[in-house]
Amino acid sequence: MEQRILTITAQRRLTKDVWEMRLAGDAAGCDVPGRFVNIRLDGFYLRRPISVCDWRDGELTLVYKVVGGGTAAMAALPAGARLDVLTGLGNGYDTAPSGDRPLLIGGGVGVPPLYGLCKRLIAEGKTPRVILGFNTADEIFYEEEFRALGVEVTVTTVDGSYGVKGFVTDAPEIADGTYFYTCGPEPMLKAVYRATACSGQFSFEERMGCGFGACMGCSCKTVTGYKRICKDGPVLTKEEIVW
Amino acid sequence: MVNTRVTLSGLTLDNPVIPASGTFGYGYEFAELYDINVLGSFSFKGTTAQARFGNPTPRIAECTAGMINSVGLQNPGVDKVIVEELPKLRQVFHKPVIANVGGFSFDEYAEVCRKLDGEEQVGLFEVNVSCPNVHGGGMGFGTDPAVAAEVTRRVKAVTTKPVYIKLSPNVTDIAAIAKACEDAGADGISLINTLLGMRVDLRRKRPVIANTMGGFSGPAVFPVALRMVWQVYEAVSIPIIGMGGVTSADDVLEMMLAGATAVEVGAANLVDPTAAKKIVEGLPAAMERYGIDDLTTIIGGAHHG
Ligand SMILES: Cc1cc2nc3c(=O)[nH]c(=O)nc-3n(C[C@H](O)[C@H](O)[C@H](O)COP(=O)(O)OP(=O)(O)OC[C@H]3O[C@@H](n4cnc5c(N)ncnc54)[C@H](O)[C@@H]3O)c2cc1C
Ligand SMILES: Cc1cc2nc3c(=O)[nH]c(=O)nc-3n(C[C@H](O)[C@H](O)[C@H](O)COP(=O)(O)O)c2cc1C
Ligand code: FES
Repeated sequence: MEQRILTITAQRRLTKDVWEMRLAGDAAGCDVPGRFVNIRLDGFYLRRPISVCDWRDGELTLVYKVVGGGTAAMAALPAGARLDVLTGLGNGYDTAPSGDRPLLIGGGVGVPPLYGLCKRLIAEGKTPRVILGFNTADEIFYEEEFRALGVEVTVTTVDGSYGVKGFVTDAPEIADGTYFYTCGPEPMLKAVYRATACSGQFSFEERMGCGFGACMGCSCKTVTGYKRICKDGPVLTKEEIVW
Repeated sequence: MVNTRVTLSGLTLDNPVIPASGTFGYGYEFAELYDINVLGSFSFKGTTAQARFGNPTPRIAECTAGMINSVGLQNPGVDKVIVEELPKLRQVFHKPVIANVGGFSFDEYAEVCRKLDGEEQVGLFEVNVSCPNVHGGGMGFGTDPAVAAEVTRRVKAVTTKPVYIKLSPNVTDIAAIAKACEDAGADGISLINTLLGMRVDLRRKRPVIANTMGGFSGPAVFPVALRMVWQVYEAVSIPIIGMGGVTSADDVLEMMLAGATAVEVGAANLVDPTAAKKIVEGLPAAMERYGIDDLTTIIGGAHHG
């Protein structure tokens, strides 16, 4: 963990309520896919945890959905605004067990951390396949960004307005995976857990007091004992999860 | 040169700033960011006889100028704390530490304190009597003067180090409880623990916290905490560790003028992991600003004249 002041360089609206924020500065420890940052916002007591979507030397990309006051305040910040950010939080995804053709399964705002992961896997010489799930065509984001990486992308929409109709678990690839990485709302994670025959890694969310392991606000029970989602997670392996 | 030193029952601290129990873990997370030896001391996570997972999640709710927590005393249990946590803590913190102890029966408080009393690093005890008494119908130990006094006697009987009783603010007469603890032999009083509170999630139309209610703390509670420190100072003559909403060096001075000898910083550590360090660093300048040379001289100062 490091505490850094980062400067917003650009904000881009991706859908009605999903935004992409780019930040300049030294986002220490954000080079592990699946880690997150915790952002202090004026007028809000607790910080807001947001996954690292992408990082390059001196630039951090976050993608977030406006769901309440804090994320609405984020969306209103102009380029040039400076943010107090705790960087490099959490364990992140472990790419070692991925195999050659891992499946990346993202739902809604669970998609962003899989983008950085996808780049990392490609850099390691692997050929990830990606399933992105949304409710409807209007809510789709980052499909083009993933395609630009040269990977196979399947999009599912619940209402069938684009791609495969249904949930991520209705994508045909789900059946023949050898290893997977997933992030999304908990009902989706549970569905993936049940639909997959192979092993994989899940990224979880929990309400956080600190985001860096000090308060025990985010604990969960796992097969290997109690874990803090913020410090020992947010990524847990399929074998660890108690469902 | 101003003097920031204060003394709690024979234990001299370089400064009165102490991270509060449950907001600083065992110090390691913070030691990644700064040398935590700049602190006066710190109070480690509430320790019970057995390991506890604590309450279901969500355990955290945001409030205006504060937060609610319902962690439920998650800790590895006293034996593991002694074997695993204290040796690691010793690597990052070289001063005497405050052992915060929780319990659900008189025996449990006594057992945990007895075991920790032999640990060299423990400088004093802070006995959290906000826990429900499983043998007393779940009533908090800290809500009845006689029961709080009994906890004090039981712990004093098995310890050699100073015993501070940490009081709950969720009572009608905190001064009476403090006095009962003093009469039972307490070496000091620590206050306040969190205020019982709750939030409702408007989207789900259900309480945010899984256990419905939790402990409210943060800057919003500062005036309530300060008032209680004031009242307890009037009632007892043993030292007081004041806390509740402390966020700045100025808050430390206010707490001390109201009667605190040392001051704990809780929720502030969670939202800004360097908060306690900043408060320590800000103290000399704040003292100069208000014409204070020696912190000890201002303890309870607002009560006189
Ligand atoms: C590890 C982690 C990574 C995340 N990554 C992303 C991401 O990349 N993109 C994205 O859009 N969202 C992400 N989230 C969810 C995001 O943190 C919440 O949507 C955000 O905190 C909501 O704040 P708000 O003020 O708008 O909502 P409010 O509901 O008004 O917030 C009230 C309180 O609840 C907390 N809270 C509300 N929803 C959540 C939630 N789902 N998870 C945790 N805390 C919550 C807030 O932090 C705040 O303390 C992530 C959450 C976690 C834990
Ligand atoms: C997340 C959290 C966990 C806490 N855990 C404990 C605990 O284990 N034992 C205890 O005596 N007090 C505990 N407290 C209470 C604090 O030590 C302190 O008394 C209270 O939060 C008031 O200070 P603040 O307003 O600065 O947070 C906890 C507080 C928080 C926020
Ligand atoms: S949020 Fe504080 S320990 Fe995880």
